[in-house]
Amino acid sequence: MSFLIRARKKFSRFLRFFLKKNRSRIGIYGPPNAGKTTLANRIVRDWTGDAVGPVSEIPHETRRARRKENITITGTNGGSIVIDIVDTPGVTTKIDYHEFLEYGLDKEEAIVRAREATEGVAEAMHWLREDIDGVIYVLDSSLDPFLQVNIMMVGIIESRKLPVIIVANKIDLPDAAPARIKSAFPQHPVVSISGLEGRNVENLYEQMTEFFG
Amino acid sequence: MLQGVQIDLISEDRLSRLTSMEKVRLILDDVMEGNIVVLEKGLAPDEASKLIELTMREIRPDGFSGIEMETYPESEAPAGLSGIFSRLMKKRPGSRLTVIGPANQMKMIKKEKDLISAWVSSR
Repeated sequence: MSFLIRARKKFSRFLRFFLKKNRSRIGIYGPPNAGKTTLANRIVRDWTGDAVGPVSEIPHETRRARRKENITITGTNGGSIVIDIVDTPGVTTKIDYHEFLEYGLDKEEAIVRAREATEGVAEAMHWLREDIDGVIYVLDSSLDPFLQVNIMMVGIIESRKLPVIIVANKIDLPDAAPARIKSAFPQHPVVSISGLEGRNVENLYEQMTEFFG
Repeated sequence: MLQGVQIDLISEDRLSRLTSMEKVRLILDDVMEGNIVVLEKGLAPDEASKLIELTMREIRPDGFSGIEMETYPESEAPAGLSGIFSRLMKKRPGSRLTVIGPANQMKMIKKEKDLISAWVSSR
């Protein structure tokens, strides 16, 4: 099996060289409030000193896909990759502006946020179909991973034959249970991290150089 | 007048005669009318992707707020020779019965390997 994986990687490197495409676009996907932007900021800060976008406890803070180009990541294994990171809006099948009122937004702000969020989710789906070469799928490890939207999204990613790393984020929370995520997606590598505290991110970098290289 | 919720059970046979876009449109139009749709066979990943995208485009303040959807987990791929054969033929394990409804009317209560329990309210 490892022979097949190595052969596939060599072939994809050859294709990238042949097509003059030397950078992979890695999309950070996941449900709302899983910590996607916190992780994107962590990756971009660690390797460029910059940031991708603001974070908030209110769902759907990220309502447009944001790309940060030319990030060189080196794993502890010595492997290195150059990627573009695409931070995407949280994917869901429902958005109700009333949810945002509970966070203190007034009705008009909540309606605008909901409208922008719907556009953002549609845009994220479009990126996945057209412009993404690999996926980091981020889940909050204190929540149930068996949600339909997660199952659907991982199915969509698999059907497009994109390499995927599942991130069990927020392991700093007291009720975090990353083992549940591992049991939900045994067919994919799962890395447990805290994007907020930076715990175990070096392990993620190593996996990224391995899977997206 | 009889009050209640309409449930449309759509057969695999009917779904197989539709294109992806027709399938997605049929489901969404039905759900936007406040109906519950039960598909005998679930959507392909690409169709699921289109359904999410189209759902987002139909959401309106104080109107349609999206969908609630649940499906049984995929059946296990057969082991042994038949499993290898289906992999060679790129045959994916089939997605199974799927229930879709308006998010403001349908709440999932329980989902197991072989049981989906949902609560539905009328509008």
